[in-house]
Amino acid sequence: MSAPLLDIRELRVRVEEKEILSGLSLEVRVGEVHAIMGPNGAGKSTLAQTLAGRDGYEVTGGSVLMEGEDLLEMSPEERACKGLFLGFQYPVEIPGVSNMYLLRSAVNAQRKAAGQEEINAAAFLKQARGEAARLKLKPELLKRGVNEGFSGGEKKRNEILQLAVLQPRLAVLDETDSGLDIDALKVVAAGIRALRDGQRAFVLITHYERILNLISPDRVHVLAGGRIARTGGAELVSELEASGYEAFLPAAA
Amino acid sequence: MSRTAERNPEVRQLLERKYRHGFVTDIESDTLPPGLDEDVIRVISARKEEPEFLLDWRLRAYRYWREAQEPSWAKLNIPPIDYQAISYYSAPGAAKDAPKSLDEVDPRLLETYDKLGIPLHERARLAGVAVDAVFDSVSVATTFKSRLAEAGVIFCPFSEAVREHPELVRKYLGSVVPYRDNYFAALNSAVFTDGSFVYIPKNTRCPMELSTYFRINEQNTGQFERTLIVAEEGSEVSYLEGCTAPMRDENQLHAAVVELVALKDARIKYSTVQNWYPGDEEGRGGIYNFVTKRGDCRGENSAISWTQVEAGSAITWKYPSCILRGDNSTGEFYSVAVTNNFQQADTGTKMIHIGRNTSSNILSKGISAGHAQNTYRGLVKVFPRAEGARNRTQCDSLLIGRDCGAHTFPHMDIAHPRAVVEHEATTSRISEDQLFYCRQRGLDEEDAVNLIVNGFCKQVFNMLPMEFAVEAQALMNVSLEGAIG
Ligand SMILES: Nc1ncnc2c1ncn2[C@@H]1O[C@H](COP(=O)(O)OP(=O)(O)O)[C@@H](O)[C@H]1O
Ligand SMILES: [Mg+2]
Repeated sequence: MSAPLLDIRELRVRVEEKEILSGLSLEVRVGEVHAIMGPNGAGKSTLAQTLAGRDGYEVTGGSVLMEGEDLLEMSPEERACKGLFLGFQYPVEIPGVSNMYLLRSAVNAQRKAAGQEEINAAAFLKQARGEAARLKLKPELLKRGVNEGFSGGEKKRNEILQLAVLQPRLAVLDETDSGLDIDALKVVAAGIRALRDGQRAFVLITHYERILNLISPDRVHVLAGGRIARTGGAELVSELEASGYEAFLPAAA
Repeated sequence: MSRTAERNPEVRQLLERKYRHGFVTDIESDTLPPGLDEDVIRVISARKEEPEFLLDWRLRAYRYWREAQEPSWAKLNIPPIDYQAISYYSAPGAAKDAPKSLDEVDPRLLETYDKLGIPLHERARLAGVAVDAVFDSVSVATTFKSRLAEAGVIFCPFSEAVREHPELVRKYLGSVVPYRDNYFAALNSAVFTDGSFVYIPKNTRCPMELSTYFRINEQNTGQFERTLIVAEEGSEVSYLEGCTAPMRDENQLHAAVVELVALKDARIKYSTVQNWYPGDEEGRGGIYNFVTKRGDCRGENSAISWTQVEAGSAITWKYPSCILRGDNSTGEFYSVAVTNNFQQADTGTKMIHIGRNTSSNILSKGISAGHAQNTYRGLVKVFPRAEGARNRTQCDSLLIGRDCGAHTFPHMDIAHPRAVVEHEATTSRISEDQLFYCRQRGLDEEDAVNLIVNGFCKQVFNMLPMEFAVEAQALMNVSLEGAIG
């Protein structure tokens, strides 16, 4: 069997002197969809940000390999070019930078890293417009500043647009489903399903059963106490929905 | 010796007197020795075969300047300038040590041209390679001239206008920026050697954008440049000054004056890209740029719009302004000023509302990196009779790194109780969240900074003529090189 796409072993992460992850291990193979659930403040976003290489998330132990390479040694842009995509829980606004321009710059940066030529501008435009239409994203949002004045749902769909155009090897989506109404959720789920083609893998961070019903993950994990406290199949979702995370929280003193 | 001097015994006398006074001067050369006095001004005026009124005006300006003090109110740290160490006249074509070919040009300069996308055939001219080695531009300029002539537009070097259209020069020169306006305007008035003159006749829309780029028939006007643009009733013109490429220039002190006159229903759009040498990473060298630019909306319904991208110079002191004299006239100021390393910029505008229903709009974007200091200084003045005056001011500052500074001094002097004046100012650091977002999509840090900065400047770049806007974006990137990491 080939090396896993993502291999996290005993990862320990500190934020502002406080240990948030204390020995988290997770293995994700190509083609799989993993869901990570867990109580608020458990460290799910911390895991996502650490994987993407954000400053301020101090790794104090363990290892993270992506296709056998040490991810923790790489700059954020190297990780991105290697095929790691983070769907942000709170996508940032970049006024004055057109959404399309950022996306094309991203595509070209990744192509350059792979030794490929810049993308043909017309082909790119066609692709981006097509994906936007599938995601029911208003065409005018492509020309607007990145996330500038977007509604919460539009921001999340814009993350999926970037995902669809960039076609990463590994997508970590941090609560992409939060704050979406049911129609938007369906559109987003369809966007993700369309990319579930055996060529890549997904880590879905979520609080809700409803998106998992639309996507049906291969594995479901509970992140609690700084590590993966429990792993199961899709059936774990409805169990958690019924009983909550109580069992995973530190016992009250 | 020049022909003027041969023909003019007075000039010859002057030159020789200088020699006798012990100046190290080469009579054969066409460059005056350093130093400034009335004789120097007489020589300049004689060499340019100027009419009496102009010499008189220069001399009055000089006498005023001699008694005046350098302004010290700007937030600038200006090393002492020795005005007697400057040579105030150098004949056109008398390029000192000009490179003979591109091979002799500093490779770093060529690298910058490359990054800015300057076409190959332009590079030699910009780098100051001796004129006879430069090609192409002459024929371009000729076609250009004939199209303008058809429309009745005058666009020529200032010294040519003095000879060919003295009545226009006499009528308008100093009518917007009097020589007494300030120290540097007085100096410029006394010693300017050339610049541009534009006259748009009544009800004429200038058939093309006028660009100093094409005004190639004279060199060495950069130091004390004088520009005068007159737009007659109902006329319209867009003027582009400068270019994004750093140009070869040995003069450290620049003191230009630009005067715009817009008569009834006339519109003038004036765009500048300023990219003089900013000095090195340690703050050594670089141009001191003291510019007085002012537009007079003299007639009703007239409009003057300034757009500037200030990227170069070690010191920038510049406040393109509008006097909104005509009723219903409008003034605009759109500015991007970027400072890196040890650059200092104190720039902004003055909007003087005199007429009724006058309106003005100010949008200033300051970017500071390295150890640079970037100041916006603005004045909005509303006279008691300016019923219906409105102003909107927005000043945004962006800081990159910890050692730079941004300052905002928006002065208001409002003498009409119902004037509507809005002011908004923001200062922000380049955001970690934005940087990380871009990098997570694959952009390296430098590209991410460039992208964010260009977004910050977008509203101003949108005001530039199309091809200038693209160049301005590339210029931003070059100016901020090394600002991060
Ligand atoms: N940038 C940060 N600065 C300070 N504390 C943080 C930061 N990010 C996360 N934390 C803290 O780390 C813990 C885990 O947060 P987070 O990873 O956002 O949890 P989750 O996404 O599971 O809700 C929380 O206690 C949170 O307050
Ligand atoms: Mg979170």
